[in-house]
Amino acid sequence: MYVAVKGGEKAIEAAHRLLAETRRGDPGVPELALAQIEGQLALAVDRVMAEGSVYDRELAALAIKQARGDLIEAIFLLRAYRTTLPRLAASEPIDTGKAHLRRRISATFKDVPGGQILGPTFDYTHRLLDFALAAESGAAMAAAPPTPADSGPMPRVSTLLGDQGLIEPNPTEPVEPGDLTRDPLAFPADRALRLQNLARGDEGFLLSLGYSTQRGYGRNHPFAGEIRIGDVEIEVVPPELGFPVVIGEITITECEMVNQFKGSATAPPQFTRGYGLVFGEGERKAMAMALVDRALRAEELGEEVTAPAQDQEFVLYHSDNVEASGFTQHLKLPHYVDFQAELNLIRRMRAEWTEPQAEAAE
Amino acid sequence: MSDAAAGNGSYNFAYLDEQTKRMIRRAILKAVAIPGYQVPFASREMPLPYGWGTGGIQVTASIIGQGDTLKVIDQGADDTTNAVSIRHFFERTAGVATTEQTAAASIIQTRHRIPEAPLHDNQIIVYQVPIPEPLRWIEPREAETRKMHALAEYGPMYVRLYEDIAQFGQVTTAYDYPVVVNGRYLMRPSPIPKFDNPKMDMNPALQLFGAGREKRIYAVPPYTSVKSLDFADHPFTVERWAQCCAICGADDSFLDEVITDDQGGCMFVCSDTDYCRSRQTAQAAE
Repeated sequence: MYVAVKGGEKAIEAAHRLLAETRRGDPGVPELALAQIEGQLALAVDRVMAEGSVYDRELAALAIKQARGDLIEAIFLLRAYRTTLPRLAASEPIDTGKAHLRRRISATFKDVPGGQILGPTFDYTHRLLDFALAAESGAAMAAAPPTPADSGPMPRVSTLLGDQGLIEPNPTEPVEPGDLTRDPLAFPADRALRLQNLARGDEGFLLSLGYSTQRGYGRNHPFAGEIRIGDVEIEVVPPELGFPVVIGEITITECEMVNQFKGSATAPPQFTRGYGLVFGEGERKAMAMALVDRALRAEELGEEVTAPAQDQEFVLYHSDNVEASGFTQHLKLPHYVDFQAELNLIRRMRAEWTEPQAEAAE
Repeated sequence: MSDAAAGNGSYNFAYLDEQTKRMIRRAILKAVAIPGYQVPFASREMPLPYGWGTGGIQVTASIIGQGDTLKVIDQGADDTTNAVSIRHFFERTAGVATTEQTAAASIIQTRHRIPEAPLHDNQIIVYQVPIPEPLRWIEPREAETRKMHALAEYGPMYVRLYEDIAQFGQVTTAYDYPVVVNGRYLMRPSPIPKFDNPKMDMNPALQLFGAGREKRIYAVPPYTSVKSLDFADHPFTVERWAQCCAICGADDSFLDEVITDDQGGCMFVCSDTDYCRSRQTAQAAE
């Protein structure tokens, strides 16, 4: 009778064994290798690295495998690993202007110095299921086009606008960015901290928020000034050397939105910026991030804060999917003490409600 | 590092690195110095999900030493799945002794209950807190609620309780019932039933509260007044049951209703499993 609250220990152990077996699936089918996940589910790996805040393809692939393909669970695994790592050094700011690009497009100009590069995009595919892929043979694969020679650094579109004074300048003062993982969020949060939060934020949440600004909830008239995907070098300055040393290369996706701005008492009419940057290839996330970044600048630009996407506390407190997933799912933990207290209360209230009615009927 | 933890690779004693523990201990000291005040701290991502007690776990990990004996309860019971899981976590990462006996524990981590047996001045009770801000349902913005605390502007909370009384003839908050600590800060006691609120008042044990996702720590030092909000003509009361515990016969403990069939049958048993067991043992000895 009393077993309802007993046996937790055995139940957990059995559940873990069952999970391991379910994760593996049919043992007659070969097990996934991390290299396969890394190479063939590369965008899943990218998302887990971006929101898990660790640039490590192999660990991300492992997390995806362990999480049975549940990307938010994989992000959680990677975050819980990251939190224990020592902070050895902070890198120098990356220069995306010097990135080796494999994709670069601008929606604001027909042609830009350096040209438009489509790269390996889904954009103009017809979303018809390719049954040839189901055959699992490489025979049907067309030869990839030759990789174009690296055209070298390409100037940013926003720099071209900036040269004519048409867009607000980027802040030039170097600001020591905060670290959300080492200091609790406080409000108002500066832009660097907001961008850090958005970069770790859930893609789906940012996508919907960004979309809401396009539909009128904090509209900010965006144009995709430039989207670039490429590789940048990471440099650190070891204190004993005093000069930067390259420690590796990462892939990033950057989006610069160009937004209309009517001007205010202190600023002339000019374009403003929204910025998005994520690890790996994550164009949808980078664009959504840029929309939300611009929306969150409403107060700074003297615009009225009316929509959820413009509200710092609303956006920054709810963007993290590890936090959101945990707190939403904690509802399945036992709550029977609180529920018992509510049961007692509602029974008492019902009794008090019924009494006068019964008296009236007499 | 203990041998128990060595088996799990290179994790520090009680999982957290020493720098992190130091940061958390500083927050705890500040919390003890300002009873009921929510101290922001740089909560870490733990290997357990948010909502599972990450705040309480970080507090426990920062104060636990090799000589400590840990008890973990959820809903008053040592054997609920989450309590088992957290106890395993500390057995694995800290290798400390654990117990199910309230009196034998030096640290008690809890979710949703305060043990029925009185605590002593050599004990620390660590509460897991989902939402630390007592004014949150009145004012969703943190920037605002911090201001309200600074000004001790707690009128809106009394208005809310008054509205309950005006509408229902009683306060309709059955758990997480707001308290004032040391005559100054309004505090959420975490979702314990209001039945447990009186136990917090002038308790000899140190009471620590950890909210991981919300990144706040607060405390009630030993022998500090904790007053549940009420009105002179509507004093604070706790719930009573018409039944006794079906197992040990206790008439003074918080009872859980266990549904026994689909015909409306049910029984009432102590939510505090250690209290129930120790009463049974005492009865058997008689």
